[in-house]
Amino acid sequence: MRAVRAAETAPTLHPWLVHAEKLRVRAGRHLAVDGLDLTLTAGVHGVLGPNGAGKTTLMRALSTVVKPAGGSLTLLGAPVDGRADLREVRRQLGYLPQQFGFYPRFTIREFVAYMAWLKEMPKAAVPDAVQRAIDRVGLTGKADARMKTLSGGMLRRAGIAQAVVNDPRLLLLDEPTVGLDPEQRLEFRDLLRDLAAESCVLVSTHLVEDVVAACTDVLLMNEGRLLFQGTPDDLIARGGQSDAGDSPAERGYSALLRRHRSTV
Amino acid sequence: MTHPTTTILARYADGGHGLDDAALWSIEVHLDVCADCRARLAARTTPATAELLDRVAASLDRAIDAGPAPARHPAPAAAVHRRWLAWTLLPWLAVTVAVLGCGVLLDSVEPSLPSLVLLLAPVAPLPGVAVAWSQRIDPAWELIATTPAAGLAMVLRRTLAVLVVVLPALLVAGVSTGTSLALTLLPCLAFTAATLALGAFVGVWRAAIGLALAWSAAVLLPSVVTRSLSPVLQSGSTAVWAVATAALAAIIAPAATRFRRLTSGN
Ligand SMILES: [Zn+2]
Repeated sequence: MRAVRAAETAPTLHPWLVHAEKLRVRAGRHLAVDGLDLTLTAGVHGVLGPNGAGKTTLMRALSTVVKPAGGSLTLLGAPVDGRADLREVRRQLGYLPQQFGFYPRFTIREFVAYMAWLKEMPKAAVPDAVQRAIDRVGLTGKADARMKTLSGGMLRRAGIAQAVVNDPRLLLLDEPTVGLDPEQRLEFRDLLRDLAAESCVLVSTHLVEDVVAACTDVLLMNEGRLLFQGTPDDLIARGGQSDAGDSPAERGYSALLRRHRSTV
Repeated sequence: MTHPTTTILARYADGGHGLDDAALWSIEVHLDVCADCRARLAARTTPATAELLDRVAASLDRAIDAGPAPARHPAPAAAVHRRWLAWTLLPWLAVTVAVLGCGVLLDSVEPSLPSLVLLLAPVAPLPGVAVAWSQRIDPAWELIATTPAAGLAMVLRRTLAVLVVVLPALLVAGVSTGTSLALTLLPCLAFTAATLALGAFVGVWRAAIGLALAWSAAVLLPSVVTRSLSPVLQSGSTAVWAVATAALAAIIAPAATRFRRLTSGN
């Protein structure tokens, strides 16, 4: 059980939790996201794409770290481009960056509590929310271990814990399964399904199998644009026996990319 | 409130045989609110139920023993934050204080030189302020930049933490060398405000470096080389410093929206 904020039950006029139109975002000097149109509702959305497709740059724009260079971007009904006040959106945001920096001397509990505090959660709610987030990622026994003593997979899970501590309505996870062993990946998929019930989850990954197993919706990005949006079954249906890949989904993925490349 | 009869409670305790769903449901609703009937029910538990309860209690005890210990009083997040701030700022502030200490020493050894405490005062807060809002120093900056707490208020809080150390250090240095306190503290505040005002546009880190270089080139080095204190630090300039401090501070508040993101130039 969690406390429901008034803002969550207030009527809203926006049908989409994420809405981008002709979005352009720079990574350095390069336009890594270039004319992307995107609408997302609740559920788990998996973002696939080759290296350099602009997945991480899109995540950084959605997390409000970088300001879009052009187009429009609306998160949870509020514009986040230009000079917009980002506080209300940021309170309802969870983000795991690809490069996850942390404080080596902090324990997991302190780190997650610190993030909960920065997310302006009510003070009294923080200790329980922190415990619940740590339990959800399976780090209960390690809660008071210093972060410098953790393995790569544990750090990744600590990163997921801080992202979900405020029960975000929009959760952005950039390569969350890196460093997780197969069993932990299965647990992570369960957690994703659990989170999807109440929020919009966007997972960027290079593992096609993670997307098919845990996502309600697949997005395929290439060269800064959206190439495909559909269900995992749609993705599978695109693949033929002659396409590269070890599974039907991987064959669908390579078929979509191949078809796109042959048309440009 | 009508309490279930003893016969019905006994039947309920024995597994509810012969009671329909509606009856079971109303008994349970009643038991939820009536401590007396719960006590009556407890007195009528069958040996099988008692044994089940004992087994559950024993296995719970085992699970609690095997599980992790209950959390000790977790440090409040604000205290954690202060600890982080102290650890991050400490090295930079230590260097600042050490340099000021050298200035005090040189001032007493070489009275013919213009006061180094005066010359160093404007740049003394800059290393700390630069660190206060920079993605270079904070490993978790990308996370912090996405939180509602990120913004001008956070920058000002961290800047205040720097001044809490730097201003007393300058005060001690000024008193021990007998320099004008107004001309020690006002330029320090003016440069702090200038760093934030300029930082709103080019990034706090770049602003701090730029201002430190400009001050060194225009005032600090010429004063040392010519062995005469620059006119900007002579006693007549106090009012100018005060006005500059106020004017620069006034720029910061309207520029607040520029501190919402930490990406460019910080
Ligand atoms: Zn009763």
